[in-house]
Amino acid sequence: MSVDNETVRRAAKLARIAVADEDVPGLAKELSSILDWVEQLSEVDVEGVEPMTSVTPMDLKRRTDEVTDGGIQDKILANAPDAREGFFAVPKVVE
Amino acid sequence: MDELSSMTIAEARDRLRARDVTSREITEACLSEIESASALNAVVTSTPDKALEMADAADAALAAGDAPALAGIPLGVKDVFCTEGVRSQAASAILEDFTPTYESTVTAKLWDAGAVHLGKLNMDEFAMGSSTEHTCYGACVSPWRRAGDTAPITAGGSSGGSAAAVAAGLCLGATGTDTGGSIRQPAAFTGTTGIKPTYGRCSRWGIIAYASSLDQAGPIARSVRDCAILLGAMAGHDPKDSTSADLAVPDFEAALTEDLRGKRIGLPKEYGEGLGAEMQATWDKGAEMLRDAGAEVVEISLPHTKYALPAYYIIAPAEASSNLARYDGVRYGYRAELAQGDGIVEMYERTRAEGFGKEVQRRVLVGAYVLSAGYYDAYYLRAQRVRTLIKRDFEAAFEGVDAILAPATPGPAFGLGEMEGDPVQMYLQDVFTVTLNLAGLPGLSVPVTLASNGLPLGLQIIGKAWDEAGILGVGHALEARAGFTAKPERWW
Repeated sequence: MSVDNETVRRAAKLARIAVADEDVPGLAKELSSILDWVEQLSEVDVEGVEPMTSVTPMDLKRRTDEVTDGGIQDKILANAPDAREGFFAVPKVVE
Repeated sequence: MDELSSMTIAEARDRLRARDVTSREITEACLSEIESASALNAVVTSTPDKALEMADAADAALAAGDAPALAGIPLGVKDVFCTEGVRSQAASAILEDFTPTYESTVTAKLWDAGAVHLGKLNMDEFAMGSSTEHTCYGACVSPWRRAGDTAPITAGGSSGGSAAAVAAGLCLGATGTDTGGSIRQPAAFTGTTGIKPTYGRCSRWGIIAYASSLDQAGPIARSVRDCAILLGAMAGHDPKDSTSADLAVPDFEAALTEDLRGKRIGLPKEYGEGLGAEMQATWDKGAEMLRDAGAEVVEISLPHTKYALPAYYIIAPAEASSNLARYDGVRYGYRAELAQGDGIVEMYERTRAEGFGKEVQRRVLVGAYVLSAGYYDAYYLRAQRVRTLIKRDFEAAFEGVDAILAPATPGPAFGLGEMEGDPVQMYLQDVFTVTLNLAGLPGLSVPVTLASNGLPLGLQIIGKAWDEAGILGVGHALEARAGFTAKPERWW
């Protein structure tokens, strides 16, 4: 098994997903089965092959550096779970 | 099925223009079919008032004689498209009641072309899945059933709601998105037709992102011609998506042909390895039909085919873990209840644990892991190198052929719940479709026949980059010879 419980906890922390202790072994098993399966990529000879960065190569277009929108505070806050006085409200960020 | 709601788009367009039927009549027929099809769970948000208002506007334009291309054609929209003022949550609880204040470019183009918005369609959460079972709305059920059996069947995924709605006659066509096969596999499972265009053909602006280097929008409809009509309206450059190509959109419908003389079609020999007898026979039959249309059919090789799925299951989760970082309980959607003393990290972690479904969590965790320090080179970078090799396979093959004919899926649709418990088994459903997303190429799924269990089987035509017109032409010839007219028997 390529993924142990500690690795699951580390990935969950990186992904900011709370994982209950009792769910860790099950996830370790699932992630292992996925990662053991993708392991077959190690048999491909990729020496000297450039990693893909753009699937349909094209030059990015340039545009004038100017403000084209704005003034839509109401729209931006419209779906917020908690918005107050024109701001997104969140719990305490610093101790 | 109501006769008006199960017309092709081409037929409806002609009848609307002949003033033989009104958009209101077609729209009302669709709305009534939607109302009575709740057992399919294909439509998750219905917008009847908006639809009738748009239908009346289309009827007025048709009467005045200045109607745009899709005037009065009622369509369904996959829940992954942001639609202004209409709930759009990509079938995720984390986007609970998200109501965009803007419209995606693709849907805006459809409404500008006069189409009528019937409502939003079920899908796998964030387009991650092949069965439309991983959805906060509950599983979508195919209108199709196995012969002599009442067990519920999947409409495929992730655009399962789009495919089910088109197959059941709830709308005339629908939008979908395809990251690893999510348009072509549902189309094949439901006897409908779907095209994933070249990466960059349609704007991704306003489409809730899964894996940005692979995602493309496209239509699911009842014929190759209908796909050509819809794609023509959906495609085109958009300054708001820097990866959308600044290329003229061809007249796809005008390019439809039934004459394939002078065309060479490739059959990739690797796609036959381990293929079931029934699908192999369907593929052979398809090749024969293309020969009959005048094409020369030759064997080709795409040597890295078997590595496409494993590469996809590194690249897509990696991009997803990055894209889905935005769901933090701050700006939109769901926020978990917090306990006394909880800070912002607890808010993020609980919101994401409660808001994301199991499959999404699995992929985000895989993505976070393969991108993490010490593993990035071994997984992500290697997968992107393999992706280059897969694209080179296609480039080499296309030096000798104009298009490729392949199975769309390993077999007919499976039953709901049959793939539970083993994520890799479900992933293998996409073995014939995912290669195109990695190479950015267009693919068209066309229904060809019924399997012995009574469910549809489809074939896929793969084209060179930007040659949607070419594969629509090949698909049109295949469709004419396959003569697939089977419809699901109504049980819902």
